[in-house]
Amino acid sequence: MSGTPSYVPKSAIGKWFESRLPIMGLVHSSFVAFPVPRNLNYLWTFGAILAFMLGAQIVTGVILAMHYVPSATEAFASVEHIMRDVNFGWLIRYLHTNGASMFFFAVYVHMFRGIYYGSYKAPREVLWILGVIIYLLMMATAFMGYVLPWGSMSFAGATVITNLFTAIPLVGTGVAHWLWGGYAVGDPTLNRFFSLHYLLPFMIAGVVGLHIWALHVSGQNNPEGVEVKDVERDTVAFTPYATIKDLFGVSVFLIVYAWFVFYIPTYLLDADNSVQANPLVTPAHIVPEWYLLPFYAILRAIPNKLVGVVALGAAIVLLAFLPWLDTSSVKSGKYRPVFRVFFWLFVACCVGLGYLGSQEVSDTATLIARILALGYFGFLLVVLPLLGVFEKTKPLPASIADAVLAKTKPAEAVAPPASH
Amino acid sequence: MNRLTTSILALALTAMGASAALGQDAEDQPKPARQSWSFSGLFGTYDQAQLQRGFQVYKEVCSNCHRLSIPFRTLADPNGPAYSEAQVKALAASYQIVNDEPNDKGEIFKRAGTPADIFPPPDAYPNSQAAAAAFGKAPPDMWLLAKARKYERGFPWFVFDALPFDQYQEMGADYIYAILNGYTKSGDAQWNAYYPGHRIAMPQPIVDGAVAYTDGTPAKLDNYARDVAAFLSWASEPTLDTRKKIGFRVMIFLFALAILLYLTKKRIWSKLH
Ligand code: HEC
Ligand code: HEM
Repeated sequence: MSGTPSYVPKSAIGKWFESRLPIMGLVHSSFVAFPVPRNLNYLWTFGAILAFMLGAQIVTGVILAMHYVPSATEAFASVEHIMRDVNFGWLIRYLHTNGASMFFFAVYVHMFRGIYYGSYKAPREVLWILGVIIYLLMMATAFMGYVLPWGSMSFAGATVITNLFTAIPLVGTGVAHWLWGGYAVGDPTLNRFFSLHYLLPFMIAGVVGLHIWALHVSGQNNPEGVEVKDVERDTVAFTPYATIKDLFGVSVFLIVYAWFVFYIPTYLLDADNSVQANPLVTPAHIVPEWYLLPFYAILRAIPNKLVGVVALGAAIVLLAFLPWLDTSSVKSGKYRPVFRVFFWLFVACCVGLGYLGSQEVSDTATLIARILALGYFGFLLVVLPLLGVFEKTKPLPASIADAVLAKTKPAEAVAPPASH
Repeated sequence: MNRLTTSILALALTAMGASAALGQDAEDQPKPARQSWSFSGLFGTYDQAQLQRGFQVYKEVCSNCHRLSIPFRTLADPNGPAYSEAQVKALAASYQIVNDEPNDKGEIFKRAGTPADIFPPPDAYPNSQAAAAAFGKAPPDMWLLAKARKYERGFPWFVFDALPFDQYQEMGADYIYAILNGYTKSGDAQWNAYYPGHRIAMPQPIVDGAVAYTDGTPAKLDNYARDVAAFLSWASEPTLDTRKKIGFRVMIFLFALAILLYLTKKRIWSKLH
């Protein structure tokens, strides 16, 4: 859909440059002329929000790294030094810590949106898999970032997660020692985590580039889940239509982000991370950050360590296979009445697992976690494949334009099209 | 469709309610009560007189056991206790500090403190091992104490805690206040209602009349607890005043920006048919 040379440079320098490196043409075809389905709702602004958050994390992170000291004895104090003595250091740090949470919040909305509207289906499988890779990289980045302030929860988290590798038969302990750079989490671990925490966001940026490239080959899905048939009738130009809508979406998101940063900056922070790490003192109650809680709950629900680790990995990796697990040819949940019920049950399983991941282990909690974990895997491995066979879907609109017109007609042309 | 969605939501809520009930079994641990603080809320700021009283309590009582790793100079912070430069200088000079570098004979020596120095550890417990040996457990450094303590609020309260006009951010202060008021078993100086498990290594540190306030505030445990908790909140989050002040302007700006962008968006999209 992209690639039409719609861009004609006006100035002589522009022409000279464009004939040597057609980058303005690329930008123009991707972000100006790019045709966007006219019926996208605000869930589609989360892509732009994510791009903004990635930029925000990189900018604040680079500034933090100028003042941070990656050493087991000085890391904790250097973070407090940023909070107290560096000009606006508190602002940069709160933007970065809360930014990670906002980033994950946005990515979860983005992913559930993709599942609800079947955005992973042909021709967007590669686009979706690139998304799952981004998600994996995000989790790795966030986990290592959380270790950097060297609070007692940082230390406990690093210990718990790296210990998972000891579950690998035969070589597990060796792998763990190799990761630690010693016989326990310590100074070498902190140093390599810092190095990787700085590196991974740029790898994410690279994969995001591929993700957007793939998006611009297949074009965007939309709430009706029917492909664009007539570019004239079904789409609008990215600029100004999508641009302004995305900007508005980002500005509303910024209000929520600013609320966290300025008014409840420690709401999501674990109090134990205001205590310096001490290998001899483990926090009474080890909990990861909220965005990893569902996976933590799955891990704890399984008594065998190796099986638990495999289930944890499978819970994430299975997402990459969604395009083939979901056998229905209808994309949008709007036209899949049974899928829709199971979709919300799936969301409830994820939220429930997240809650249980934050609670202390008890028999009841473990039992519920097992049921919810079954629900999680059941949705992916049983419900989605079967629904494609048994579900009676509703009739699809003939085209995007028809769906939009059907919606605006009764209201007699007053309502603006496309917004929900 | 709507009925479906509601029934699913109801299901999800019941599930969450059930799991919320999990947390409640066999709790003999009371939760600290929420106090009102000058620094809570949208426009909260520290109360300078209260911080000065709190510092007095720290200096006369808590500092016998607890270290406070902040530099003297920060006490002059205009958003904090706001002592004058001269007061801070005199205060610093009243402490003996171990110099970082040995003198030219190679001897470690002590000198009078300057405002740039960090509060030294308590005389009786130069390091945390010494304190742990005396009490069984080392008294924690107080510079981050108010941020390093929270307690479980449970569902659904933790949701409301994040929302505007409730925004509960003072759990640490409430916890410190509760601990100081928690020695309610007479004859047992190490039983505390609010300490997890109740056995606390800190014997009741302060009672009515222990500190003589000079500004007419009654010399009551309740006031000591409140003032020192406020002081420790400032010590762990000295930038709170600036943060809220800037935050308010940022919020106004963002709301205006969002409204303008929304109107522009409407205008642009209205050209479509
Ligand atoms: C006699 C020495 C001593 C004095 C004086 C003292 N403390 Fe403590 N404090 C301790 C010890 C020891 C601990 C460790 C207690 C434990 O964890 O069991 C402690 C712990 C604490 C805790 C943390 C409890 C927890 O949840 O871990 C708080 C809060 C506290 N003290 C406040 C104060 C305040 C406020 C003062 C001054 C009014 C004060 N202390 C004076 C010895 C003292
Ligand atoms: C750094 C993180 C990410 C960034 C910056 C990002 C960015 C974007 C952008 C700008 C779009 C186009 C706008 C939109 O449709 O919302 C998009 C689309 C998409 N993204 Fe992402 N994304 C990220 C992570 C993910 C993840 C983790 C997944 C899923 C596992 C994912 C799946 C998709 C899919 C399926 C689309 C096409 C959506 C559609 O057209 O329906 N993305 N992404």
